[in-house]
Amino acid sequence: MRRPLGGRLRISTTWLGAAPFLVYSGVFLVLPAALVVVGAFSGPHGPTLANLAQLNQPYVVSAFVNSLVLSAVSASIGAVVGAVLAYAVATGSPDGILRRLVTALCGVLSQFGGVTLAFAFIATIGTEGFIVIWLQQHGITFYPNGVWLFSLTGLTLIYTYFEIPLMVIVFMPALDGVRPQWREATETLGGATWHYWRHVAGPLLLPAFLGAWLLLFANAFSAYATAAALLDIGGVIVPLQISRALSSEVGLNQANFAAALALGMVVVVAVIIVLYSWLQRRSARWLPR
Amino acid sequence: MNRRRRRRLAAFKTVVYVVLGLFFLLPIAAMVEFATRGVGLSSPRTLSAFTSIGSDPELVDAITASLELAVITSVGMLALLLPTMIWIRLRVPRMVRPVELVCLTPLTIPAIVLVVGFAPIYQWIEINVSDSILTLAFAYLILVLPYCYRALDAGLSAVDIRTLSEAARNLGASWGTVMWRIIVPNMSSAVSNACLLCVAVVLGEFTVANLLNFENLQVAISILGTGNASVSIALAVVSLVFVFFFLLVLSFFGRALSRRRGGAARA
Amino acid sequence: MGALDTRPIGASWGGSRSAAEVRLEDLRRIYGSTTALDGLNITIQAGELVALLGPSGCGKTTALRLVAGLEDADGGQVVIDGRDVTHLPASRRDTGMVFQAYSLFPHMTARENVAFGLRMRKVGVAERRQRAGDMLELVGLSTQADRYAHQLSGGQQQRVALARALAIRPSVLLLDEPLSALDARVRSQLRDEIRRVQREVGITTLFVTHDQEEALAIADRVGVMRAGRLEQMGPPTTIYSQPATPFVAEFVGLTNRLAGVVTGGAVDVRGIRLPLIASDTPDGPAVALVRPEAVSLAPALDGSNGPLSGTVIAVSFLGAVSRLTVDLGDTTLLVQVPTADAIAHPGGSRVRIALRQDPVLITRDNGQGKP
Repeated sequence: MRRPLGGRLRISTTWLGAAPFLVYSGVFLVLPAALVVVGAFSGPHGPTLANLAQLNQPYVVSAFVNSLVLSAVSASIGAVVGAVLAYAVATGSPDGILRRLVTALCGVLSQFGGVTLAFAFIATIGTEGFIVIWLQQHGITFYPNGVWLFSLTGLTLIYTYFEIPLMVIVFMPALDGVRPQWREATETLGGATWHYWRHVAGPLLLPAFLGAWLLLFANAFSAYATAAALLDIGGVIVPLQISRALSSEVGLNQANFAAALALGMVVVVAVIIVLYSWLQRRSARWLPR
Repeated sequence: MNRRRRRRLAAFKTVVYVVLGLFFLLPIAAMVEFATRGVGLSSPRTLSAFTSIGSDPELVDAITASLELAVITSVGMLALLLPTMIWIRLRVPRMVRPVELVCLTPLTIPAIVLVVGFAPIYQWIEINVSDSILTLAFAYLILVLPYCYRALDAGLSAVDIRTLSEAARNLGASWGTVMWRIIVPNMSSAVSNACLLCVAVVLGEFTVANLLNFENLQVAISILGTGNASVSIALAVVSLVFVFFFLLVLSFFGRALSRRRGGAARA
Repeated sequence: MGALDTRPIGASWGGSRSAAEVRLEDLRRIYGSTTALDGLNITIQAGELVALLGPSGCGKTTALRLVAGLEDADGGQVVIDGRDVTHLPASRRDTGMVFQAYSLFPHMTARENVAFGLRMRKVGVAERRQRAGDMLELVGLSTQADRYAHQLSGGQQQRVALARALAIRPSVLLLDEPLSALDARVRSQLRDEIRRVQREVGITTLFVTHDQEEALAIADRVGVMRAGRLEQMGPPTTIYSQPATPFVAEFVGLTNRLAGVVTGGAVDVRGIRLPLIASDTPDGPAVALVRPEAVSLAPALDGSNGPLSGTVIAVSFLGAVSRLTVDLGDTTLLVQVPTADAIAHPGGSRVRIALRQDPVLITRDNGQGKP
């Protein structure tokens, strides 16, 4: 469809269609991101590396380590358990009510407030929790060595509560892409169940599994709400450090420190996402959508 | 599949569903139990925690605000994303990848990081635009981008929009007609999915609201929890159940719509 | 006992290893309230290629899958080379199967795919490579050995699948509509390929299809199935020219239904006496099933209006032959003649028909129960 009017004019009206979106994301996505980067390098007297230097302090380093460990552990548990659940659902009828129920439930639980979750676990295994009291009535002490719910251990457990559903959502498409003919072909060629998983399904699903794990890791690393609701001690993981810095009344320095922390988080998550897209490209080649 | 394998698979599935069902439903049941406790240990169950939700004006405000935000964000998301995505697919294919990248960026930049950048922006908004909690919608629209983009993208991929739009244009339709009367009706389930995700994310959002000092549903629950655990847990139960049923209904609705229209090509 | 049958594989194809006979005895398969197979009895001779032909839902694929062991029978037996394999899992039955589509492992090259079964049988790396290479050469794909499935065309993929099934030197080769997902041109080429390979290797083969042209072209014997039962089993020429039931007559090739009367072992159709396939048919009114190519045309005599006179109302040019639809007044007839002869009878012309003296099948069903 060629118009006699100059090409330049035509291109600009076409791009105009995407303008609202570009403007909006420019203001509310690019700008905040830029402010974070700028803030990380800003000081009271101009550009500085002092904020980044502050990241070297032991309590900050330990916060990062805690965050990484917490994310790795909850992602691993979530990935394995979630894969098992996804398999159970994927092998059922595709239009069945069970699948729809589980998918909806996973949708809710993977997204829904960390606050609610924290309270749910407090209600279950908090000091006056349902399970604790019920066990007490049967003579069993739930917390023989002190309450661990309000610590990193408890947080890890609670994180699996939304990591598992997220795994189901993210990993299920890969499972759906596994064709039944591959299993049947393996059988007729003499392979048993174990051979099938070891030589066929395993290698095919591995990239998708690892990619999902990365996603779970990033998700746990970035989570804030549950920790905020659960842990009073500010600062044991990075998001809590950021919130403490932001709500501190000491002054502008703290805001820039928050930006430095935020930048640190972005670097970690960016590495993860790069790995993830590389894995995605590999698995997309083999498994049909 | 032969009989032996079928039986083993069924047993495996039963175990998985039972164990995980317990793991996931127990905390929710515990919340209900906690919220219905009477004053003393042996008091009868009471629904007073649930009923008192409506009598606390601050809570009601927070709930209303969250619901309004959910609606505003959904509408805003559709208004912003849908035309853009259709437009670039049809007219500026080179922009599809960059736009996709932009939409998936919020996954890379978590809310806790974004909120650091939002803080100065919202200071400006508070002074120059409004200090209402509904301004959170600006931020929420960004937060839901990745999920809604994926949902709408799946819907757009299932419809051959190029062929449909060419056929419609051939018959004399304007671009507007093509978009609203040809393409959108064919992706109704994707649209309802996207809205569904919007609602779930907005109702469950805590980080941005909390650190920008707004009191939405989740922040209210959190504040309340420190003082009156029962009521906050009751509210948490209500909101959880509400979203769950909302999602379920919407998923049926979306499926029914697409089935009525024949849906995407079925082999 | 190990994971697999310990039958020695070393012997080369054809020669020292004799092909196996396959027997399906009274096979039954029920899904819920549907009976997919209702007592199927078939014997496939050693080295023979039997095609199971029928419309979808007739049970042909079910029968194949029962032989492969991918599903369990609800009754009856599968016997391969004298061994009752009915209760053996698929991995132990020594069958090779080619699926309709999508069965190549996407993360392996063609060679690795073909070698897969050998790997399951713990054959060494070097020997695996060698035999996989031989198989790929047998199907004419040795140049594509290192390609992946998504880099191969549909026809090539199916050839790799065939090589893969044969690499393990099974007793039986099973093919589940292997050509149905391919383009028409590729289909006929591959059909001949499969036949050539099967003959060269001499393996007992069961081939399932819904395409009657395919079945007639490729098989030693054809089994026509309907609703879980075998309607007729025999060589392709017999199935075509001596159908046992109206279903077979109408499913395989085209048929005309002409009203007539049976008297004394032959049928009177519009004044022409035709011999019957079953000469002991009792007298009475009947419908004769006549093939279009058994009808010939001549220009109509002036003023003739008898039962053999008609008007050509449609002509379909099919290349070497043409099909003409002739209106005889009380019925229409489909006629197939070489195109050179059809030119003399364009649309609208008056013609006289004649029926060749081929034995016909009759049916008492007057056509209300047509599928």
